[in-house]
Amino acid sequence: MTPMDALESQSIYIFREAFAKVKNLAMLWSLGKDSNVMIHLARKAFFGTVPFPALHVDTGRKFQEMYDFRDQYAKEWRLNFLRETCPPLEEMDETLPPAARSAARKTAGLRLAIQKHGFEALFAGIRRDEEATRAKERVFSPRGLAGRWDFRDQPPEFWDQYKTEFPKGTHLRIHPILHWTETDIWEYTLRESIPVIPLYFARDGKRYRSLGDHDITFPMESEAATVEEIIAELRDTKTAERAGRAMDHEEEGGFERLRADGYL
Amino acid sequence: MTKRPPSAPRPPLPIVIVGHVDHGKSTVIGRLLFETNSLPEGKAESVRATSEKRGMPFEWAFVLDALQAERDQGITIDTTQIRFQTKARRYILIDAPGHVEFLKNMITGAAQAKAALLVMDAEEGARDQTRQHAFLLHLMGLETIAVIINKMDRVGYQERRFQELRDSIGRTLHEMNLKVSGVIPVSAREGENIAAPSAHMAWHRGETLTALLDSLPDAPSQSEKPLRFPIQDIYKFDERRIIAGRIESGRLKEGDRLLFSPSNKSAVVSSLESWPPREGRGFSAEAGEAVGVMLDRQLFLERGELASHQSDPPFLSDIFRARIFWLGRHPLTPSVSLVMKRATSEFSVVLQSVERVIDAASLEEVSGERVSRNQVADIILRAPSLQALDSFGENGLMGRFVLLDGRDIAGGGVVSLDGYADQRPILEARMRDVSRVSHKVSPRERELRARHRGGVLWLTGLSGSGKSTLAFALEKTLFDLGYGVYVLDGDNIRHGLSEDLGFSVEDRSENIRRVAEAASLFADAGFVALVSFISPMRSDRARARGIIPNFHEVHVSADLETCEARDPKGLYKRARGGEIEDFTGVSADYEVPEGAELVLDTGVEGVEDSLRRLVEYVEGRFRLVPEGVSDYEI
Repeated sequence: MTPMDALESQSIYIFREAFAKVKNLAMLWSLGKDSNVMIHLARKAFFGTVPFPALHVDTGRKFQEMYDFRDQYAKEWRLNFLRETCPPLEEMDETLPPAARSAARKTAGLRLAIQKHGFEALFAGIRRDEEATRAKERVFSPRGLAGRWDFRDQPPEFWDQYKTEFPKGTHLRIHPILHWTETDIWEYTLRESIPVIPLYFARDGKRYRSLGDHDITFPMESEAATVEEIIAELRDTKTAERAGRAMDHEEEGGFERLRADGYL
Repeated sequence: MTKRPPSAPRPPLPIVIVGHVDHGKSTVIGRLLFETNSLPEGKAESVRATSEKRGMPFEWAFVLDALQAERDQGITIDTTQIRFQTKARRYILIDAPGHVEFLKNMITGAAQAKAALLVMDAEEGARDQTRQHAFLLHLMGLETIAVIINKMDRVGYQERRFQELRDSIGRTLHEMNLKVSGVIPVSAREGENIAAPSAHMAWHRGETLTALLDSLPDAPSQSEKPLRFPIQDIYKFDERRIIAGRIESGRLKEGDRLLFSPSNKSAVVSSLESWPPREGRGFSAEAGEAVGVMLDRQLFLERGELASHQSDPPFLSDIFRARIFWLGRHPLTPSVSLVMKRATSEFSVVLQSVERVIDAASLEEVSGERVSRNQVADIILRAPSLQALDSFGENGLMGRFVLLDGRDIAGGGVVSLDGYADQRPILEARMRDVSRVSHKVSPRERELRARHRGGVLWLTGLSGSGKSTLAFALEKTLFDLGYGVYVLDGDNIRHGLSEDLGFSVEDRSENIRRVAEAASLFADAGFVALVSFISPMRSDRARARGIIPNFHEVHVSADLETCEARDPKGLYKRARGGEIEDFTGVSADYEVPEGAELVLDTGVEGVEDSLRRLVEYVEGRFRLVPEGVSDYEI
């Protein structure tokens, strides 16, 4: 087994554990590179079928390329596709810094979807290497009634034994690619020929490294126009992956606050 | 799907940093990242700003402590991971909290590691969590551990202090059977001996921290061990019925015959399925791979069944020993019921007994049968049915488990099957397709003729407790009272029915099974069979109870001291002299009955008293009362 096979196998194991132990699952499909890898892994885990809905929590402010991609592959991959619209900005906590306030819409949309469909667990494509509070996540991460993350008292999790039973009202975030890195994602995308949104590739000396709402996401300088070139670029860069995501950097502990409140 | 091509990269080594609180774990990691140029752009600046804001000198630990509460309190609450690489390979550094109240988080982190760095303060030396972490790492199966003596700047970079600590921690780890891959002096705060040799410690002709890391071996492959393939789920998304799971050890290929345990069913792998579909045949897979298997015939199988090859199956037992660490809020005491999860199987267990409680910090034995939070203990667990088990020593991945207390994972442990018999042969014997013919004489007719019921009194106790004396005296008395009665005695059976058996654990267990079956025939025939057998294992006696319909367990309970003083056959003396191995009470355990119908303390009461109680017991429960008189209670 190569190290990449080992990553894949671990993710498949997580998908299958969740499917065996938790009812009413859905997968969050943000349309980005990570969640596309996640869908591909689910198809491998379940031999071509994705046996739960793929949910897009839509802020309405994504790039057009993202919507085009979504409409094409929801059909091509035969996904049970669901879309949830996020509430308007005016309803969000005014004390949050502007970008965080905008990002909070997604958390609110997520809560709406959970209520509407009664999901007990959601697969989310976050990774430990993305950001410091995500590095502290469990694979099966319980959220309280309002979706809050109690990072001060997380359940023990070891030897691939996951806590899957919770009191009514708790829901789970399940993280099948928590152990992957950004480079792993691109190498796997290349190996498995997984389609990606063209915004990741350099145009006029700039590319998006991480995709979010068009008004709070910024491109980086880059000449990488293919997946291979992106992998080569990552080998040398010392810039953080989410440097172009405004809500991460507004104030110390700001992103932690967002995440504690249920942001991904 | 199998071999690593020669050009493939080395797998990253996950390595956990453990040690007592404030001995500098997070600082070591921060400095290591800085010295190897692995910090993202702007990180050092933001750490400087955060430190200044809190009025502190530059605090390396802020590189890792991601939570506001961690930065505010200057402690690590939960485990985290960070990547870095040297020229030799990639690493996943796992930072684990040192505070004892966050032990569950330390274990969460450490369980993902294949190697460990134990950080120790040069001024303070080994402290509680230094020993506790090392001890737990060993219990969790981590074999490779390297030691960092940190804060050498605080002791003036003295060689003598380093040697003193190196020798003492070396002894401590050696006592725990841990292999030490290296001990190095560093000052993480000053960056001494991290990536470059320290000028202050020219006397240290050993390695730097990065060189030490690069010298640690890759995690060993599990592919050469016997096949263990636990069923995770069974899918029927289309016309295929696919058995899904991950191969934990060994290899599997199309055409292999698999044995499923504990159901003991078997079938042949007709294909290894995958998506996208592949052309061809003859596929194989090895340890670590998540696979889907189709079988040549429909078996009723469930999640939790364990597939192996027939040549090397797991052990079947409903009782086993385990060493556990306990994280639960409620202490554990005997007869507590818990749920055990091992790979994909999940079953209830009862804590039968606590053999030893160890304080993981002092490594001292704690008296009593109560296992409190953060303690380690050797215990005996019993399951209500046979389970497929492997000893941790044989198979590290299959021999480990977690315990649930309610919904929570509240502990973990490793299985030991030393001294227990594999019960698969018994299961197989029972499964053989034997049809029974029926008698023309009913049990009721037999009872009416004999004026008593048939059944078995099973006398268990230490050698010399008086079982045989009582059994033969009771036989005589009951015979005189008109009973059909017969003694099955250990020594006599050994001369006939079991003359082919030796004294291994398996043979002893089989001997007891035969006696139980023979006694059951006597009971069917209407006799009162008196079985006089040491029968030290609860599992064996429980099985006898399952075989025999009217079963009464009698514990002949003289204590070891009394029995040894009597020593009618001189056996204790020989056992003490080493002439007899595994002698119950001396070099093998006697598991005291928990639910015996009758207990006779033959250490205190005389033979006549015990005999009278036995006769009363039999008269009360076996004698048929003449018609018209109300029946006795059972």
